[in-house]
Amino acid sequence: MNSLPIKSRLFQVILLWALVAGAGRADWDIASNIDLTSRTFIEDPRWPGQDDQTTQLSVAARAELRWRGDDARASIIPYLRKDAIDDERSLADLQEAYWAQEAENFELLLGVNTVFWGVTESVHLVDIINQTDAAADIDGEDKLGQPMINLEVQRDWGLLSAYLLPYFRERTFAGADGRLRTPIPVDTDNARYESSAKENHLDLALRYSHYVDSVDFGLSIFSGTSREARLLANADGSGLIPYYDQIDQIGVDLQYTGDSWLWKVETIARETQNDSFAAAVGGFEYTYYQVGDSTADIGILLELQYDGRNDGEPVTLADNDLFAGVRLALNDTQDMTLLVGSGYDLKTSETYLNIEAERRLGNDYQLELRARFFTNAAPGDNSYAIENDDYLQLRLSRYF
Amino acid sequence: MKRKTITTYLGALGLAVGFTIFLAGPATANTPQEQGFEIAARSDRSDVGFANSKVELQMILRNAAGQESTRMLRISTLEKADESVGDKSLVLFDTPRDIEGTALLSHAKILDPDDQWLFLPALKRVKRIASSNKSGPFVGSEFAFEDFTAIELNKFDYSHTGIETCGAFQCDVLERLPRYQNSGYSKQISWVDQQVFQLRKVEFYDRRGDLLKVLELGDYRQYDNGVWRAHKLTMKNLQTNKETDLVYQEYAFNLDLKANDFVKGRLSRLR
Repeated sequence: MNSLPIKSRLFQVILLWALVAGAGRADWDIASNIDLTSRTFIEDPRWPGQDDQTTQLSVAARAELRWRGDDARASIIPYLRKDAIDDERSLADLQEAYWAQEAENFELLLGVNTVFWGVTESVHLVDIINQTDAAADIDGEDKLGQPMINLEVQRDWGLLSAYLLPYFRERTFAGADGRLRTPIPVDTDNARYESSAKENHLDLALRYSHYVDSVDFGLSIFSGTSREARLLANADGSGLIPYYDQIDQIGVDLQYTGDSWLWKVETIARETQNDSFAAAVGGFEYTYYQVGDSTADIGILLELQYDGRNDGEPVTLADNDLFAGVRLALNDTQDMTLLVGSGYDLKTSETYLNIEAERRLGNDYQLELRARFFTNAAPGDNSYAIENDDYLQLRLSRYF
Repeated sequence: MKRKTITTYLGALGLAVGFTIFLAGPATANTPQEQGFEIAARSDRSDVGFANSKVELQMILRNAAGQESTRMLRISTLEKADESVGDKSLVLFDTPRDIEGTALLSHAKILDPDDQWLFLPALKRVKRIASSNKSGPFVGSEFAFEDFTAIELNKFDYSHTGIETCGAFQCDVLERLPRYQNSGYSKQISWVDQQVFQLRKVEFYDRRGDLLKVLELGDYRQYDNGVWRAHKLTMKNLQTNKETDLVYQEYAFNLDLKANDFVKGRLSRLR
């Protein structure tokens, strides 16, 4: 089971502080939800050791405690997940646990928080503050809480955010029993680091974001431990050791918002000990509003992905791919939405199909369907390892 | 000597103000268009000086079978600097629980599309959204985006078409035509009372010219700062028989709200 970074002294201090600061206040806002998720795999597993049950169940619980005063606020969001088959998919995390003090144009936040940067849909290149909970989903949108000291300056020239990140969260990976993993499982108990400070390396990040008329933009700098891991075979070949490099990265994200058009670009340049490379993703989303006099909107998405990293760097599926998708929003009382997207590797012809649909049931429940299919991968291709892991996932969430 | 100067000055000021009121009064309006604009302007200006406000409200959605679902939301508003721009507003959802924390920030314009950003709490993501989608339904309700944001005076051309009884009031009836692009309406007919100059009812006609929706505004209350606010709005869709109520709690005015509270960087720090 992956667990909280409780080894970090700083983390303990921050958590204790948040709890003590909060304990005296009676007026906390509390919300919570429980998710029951069923993942059904269509094909037999490809790799030895993988559990061959077709259905993988998991249950997750999340509580949200928030407090707000005139010029301060606090938040504690614990998250627990238990997977019936794969222990590496079980998780205890704090998505948020912070105290934030606000002044006229400033905010100082101390504790654990989750931050998102970027604009594109098919891959999130610029987003780097939080570690990815890759065991939860391969789309990179599930994150682990990041301990930080964050100073924000909001002026009429935009928002400047500076981050000190004193503790590193390791990426989660599916375990030996689990699907959607490397041929040899990742040994998350023996991670290695380029920095001798290991997970206690102090990472730094700075971001400036603003907008001018119809163009929103962000510029970011990151220096510290890569959130992506290189996977190195261990001595007896029984497992892959995650190795976290020190990197310097700059990122730019841009969105132009027109009448029915959104044009988006994200690009990064990264320097590691072995490579320096650039990566980019760009494209558009065009929306037809109130199709055929209904209240529904249909959006067409197209994004082109490029990644110039060499073979020694952490593996990415978004290296030279075309992504096309259709988004349907019914704009009804239940907020029914559907996204069908497909990625196609222009060099290797690897293809994946992705379906995401969700709707509310009554006031307190939500039902979500996700399906992912992988085809056309030859041995040696990046998605070959997960090609047999096509699945359908249903999730029922109850909100309190 | 000094006192005389001030008296003279005040006299001149009084004369100037009186003359301005005289010029602006309906008596000088000749054409139905001029009359219409002046009645709309008088109604709009009864709102001037509220500075900023916060209010909690309940949105009740009712389908044709009478089934209800509700949303709780909070709206903060920052008054526009002048009539060449629109108000800035922030809508924060408290329920349904699955969208709790979702927020919509709007910088209203007059004829250009509004600037709008949406905050999605699940991903903690701020998205700039295209606001040309004016006629789209606002969170599944019978209110369109433009019904929420398009109430700026200069967004319409007006025409005074008559005087009718509306409830306990005598009302001026105005036809108003959207001047901005992408409206879902060919025209609107509005009823403005002659006593305190507030909007009492609006009929919305779709792009084909058929009557689509009727909005009734009630439970008006006047606050200490002089401004009036309706506390119950009912929008009925006559083509689908669905309706949406907005039930407002007490407004709070003149709070410590600044332009910096209505910027996109604020969206992830609201709660």
